[in-house]
Amino acid sequence: MTPLLAVNGVDKTFTMHLQGGQQLPVLRGLTFEVGRGECVVLTGASGVGKSSILKMVYGNYGVDAGTIVLDRAAGPLDLAGAGPRQILAARRDTMGYVSQFLRAVPRVPALQIVAEPLVARGVSRADAEERAAGLLGRLNIPERLWALPPATFSGGEQQRVNIARGFIAELPLLLLDEPTASLDVRNGEVVVELIREQLAAGVGMLGIFHDLDVRDAVANRAIDVEAFEAGPARMAG
Amino acid sequence: MTGEPISYNTGYLDEQTKRMLRRALLKAVAIPGFQVPFASREVPMPRGWGTGGVQVTAALIGEDDVLKVIDQGADDTTNAVSIRKFFVAVAGVATTTRTDEASIIQTRHRVPETPLSEDQIMVYQVPGPEPLRFLERRETETRRMHALEDYGLMYVKLYEDIATHGHIATTYDYPVMVNGRYLMSPSPIPSFDNPKLHRSPALHLFGAGREKRIYAVPPYTDVESLGFEDYPFEPQRFEDPCAICGSVGVYMDEIITDDAGSSMLVCSDTDHCERTAAAKTEQVPA
Amino acid sequence: MNTDDRVLMQARGVGHNYGDRFGCCDVSFELWPGEVLAVVGESGSGKTTLLGALSQRLALSEGTIRYRLADGEEVELSQLSESRVRNLWRSEWGFVHQNPEDGLRMHVSAGGNIGEPLMATGWRHYGTIRATASEWLERVEIPVSRIDDAPVTFSGGMRQRLQIARNLVVSPRLVFMDEPTSGLDVSVQARLLDLIRYLVAELGLAVVIVTHDLGVARLISHRTIVMKEGRVIESGLTDRVLDDPQAEYTQLLVSSILGG
Repeated sequence: MTPLLAVNGVDKTFTMHLQGGQQLPVLRGLTFEVGRGECVVLTGASGVGKSSILKMVYGNYGVDAGTIVLDRAAGPLDLAGAGPRQILAARRDTMGYVSQFLRAVPRVPALQIVAEPLVARGVSRADAEERAAGLLGRLNIPERLWALPPATFSGGEQQRVNIARGFIAELPLLLLDEPTASLDVRNGEVVVELIREQLAAGVGMLGIFHDLDVRDAVANRAIDVEAFEAGPARMAG
Repeated sequence: MTGEPISYNTGYLDEQTKRMLRRALLKAVAIPGFQVPFASREVPMPRGWGTGGVQVTAALIGEDDVLKVIDQGADDTTNAVSIRKFFVAVAGVATTTRTDEASIIQTRHRVPETPLSEDQIMVYQVPGPEPLRFLERRETETRRMHALEDYGLMYVKLYEDIATHGHIATTYDYPVMVNGRYLMSPSPIPSFDNPKLHRSPALHLFGAGREKRIYAVPPYTDVESLGFEDYPFEPQRFEDPCAICGSVGVYMDEIITDDAGSSMLVCSDTDHCERTAAAKTEQVPA
Repeated sequence: MNTDDRVLMQARGVGHNYGDRFGCCDVSFELWPGEVLAVVGESGSGKTTLLGALSQRLALSEGTIRYRLADGEEVELSQLSESRVRNLWRSEWGFVHQNPEDGLRMHVSAGGNIGEPLMATGWRHYGTIRATASEWLERVEIPVSRIDDAPVTFSGGMRQRLQIARNLVVSPRLVFMDEPTSGLDVSVQARLLDLIRYLVAELGLAVVIVTHDLGVARLISHRTIVMKEGRVIESGLTDRVLDDPQAEYTQLLVSSILGG
């Protein structure tokens, strides 16, 4: 059974040109898989590179070596070597991403932000907004906020908009970076429910959870990122 | 001051100049509506007083011609009289006020009511030959627009008229499309006269002295006044008859008759008015 | 995003020289329908020169630009006749100038400005032209009651939105934008960028946008090219170029964003 996501021998080093070219190796030989219907969590100390892994899979960060093969409906794609158009296509049809912070376009209403991933996939705006409303309701965002841009929302409210946007398209792979970080217990439970529903539907997930209760509630497997930590920082050359 | 009277070349201009003008005229006739640049000469009147028209007439006029000159339809205004006298002095031609007797008719601001024939040439005095000038100041750009048949801007002007006034407000110098290709300014004749150019049997020549351009509408050429499908070109209408001769459907001037502001409408074409009135008098039983 | 698979424009080794100096050199990229490509750089980076060379406003000193016309024909842009280039501008291309006065007829009414490209392509029904202009005023959030007002009476942001409407009314396939938001107040900029994003997505436009503002690039572009002193320093997916910059100059630019 082809894994949904296969990461193999990935290296990542940051070169800080503005600091005299200092190199910051982060990961070496990173290797793991994510299967459909399973939730794989990344564990390890803060700063070890967990967020960077999610960003490399999403194409937001580049990769220095190795492969990241995504099993798309259109065929396997090595995200490590893929061009911008392919990555954008993969984000549209296969990969969702719930980041830690909502980086929303200013002035766009919350409902529209959440509906956007569906609209991008060809769903009518009306249908997309109906489903968005459903999700926002589940996440306890009051209806009076739906027509407002989230920039003025509380941190927790913004995060729930973020989550709704990440979950709405039910894409095969979902990347989750601390999805419950600023949520209270009640909303955290809603998110756990959402995760379980999608896992049951066959969605594969790769996530970072600092909340141990949530992690235990959803994780199938853990990957200890410290095992792939690269060597100490050194100067270039 | 006595002495030998000055002897002018026929038509005032020297022969080489006349040849240059005729070449320009031939080009103009070959490309209906296209503005042909020419080397505009000094003539004994300032720019803005018809020097273009005068140069065209001078290039064509010969001893067999009969010249009529009108200004706003009248033969007896100062300018018409001056120009007529000028050509009498320098070309020794016969002159007339009757449209049907003239071989060359030089005009400012009107086309005669009397239909023209194939033997006649109309010469128009043109202040501004470029119909797009007031919307596009650059000569380089308007030349390109003509070359590439890029005339959207002219319709913008008509659009603006309709948006502002509810109808196309241009009542004179109404832009036309000549031979389906070139956008042309018919000179400041009233839009009422535009239809007279369409497939006219006469030759129509246009001279702009200050702007140094000559253009032409050869006989039987299509001349179409611009408009929109829902706001088509409509020439002005005059419903009232002339107070002097009783003609209807001709272009009228309004004449103020006293200090109280009373006015009457009379034919702008004085020749037409005179003859119509004379014909009516003949019919009235003695 | 328009998923038409055939590339729209292919630039190879594009360069333009000003005498001995080169304004830009050796620029290569591909552009697909529905994509927004940002060209970022500081003053003197060559980004505006590149835009000029691509849009045929400047002659190509070196390189080639292949473009696929609406009817499918592929042409080498630098070899097109003036008449064909003018045709492109009338029916397939748009150009949004930094200064709206350069892209509008300031003393012609808003309706006339939007209607002109229609009239230039043969529209001859006043009522339809006016109705279409009204629709577009609504789309760019200019009150329809201002349809007969000339842009000389508009604010900067409104002028810019009118310029956008005028460019998009003929449904172009490719729009060039030269710093469309600079000089505008911050909130006005945000509103304008919103509008551009929305219209790009709705109409499936391809856009090449020149900007010195990385925030603008992040907000509306899929891909970004970073230029310095006439050359391409780095290029790729916008969020990657901004979040994981590889080149030294790109890292410098990114770190210089005020407020982070």
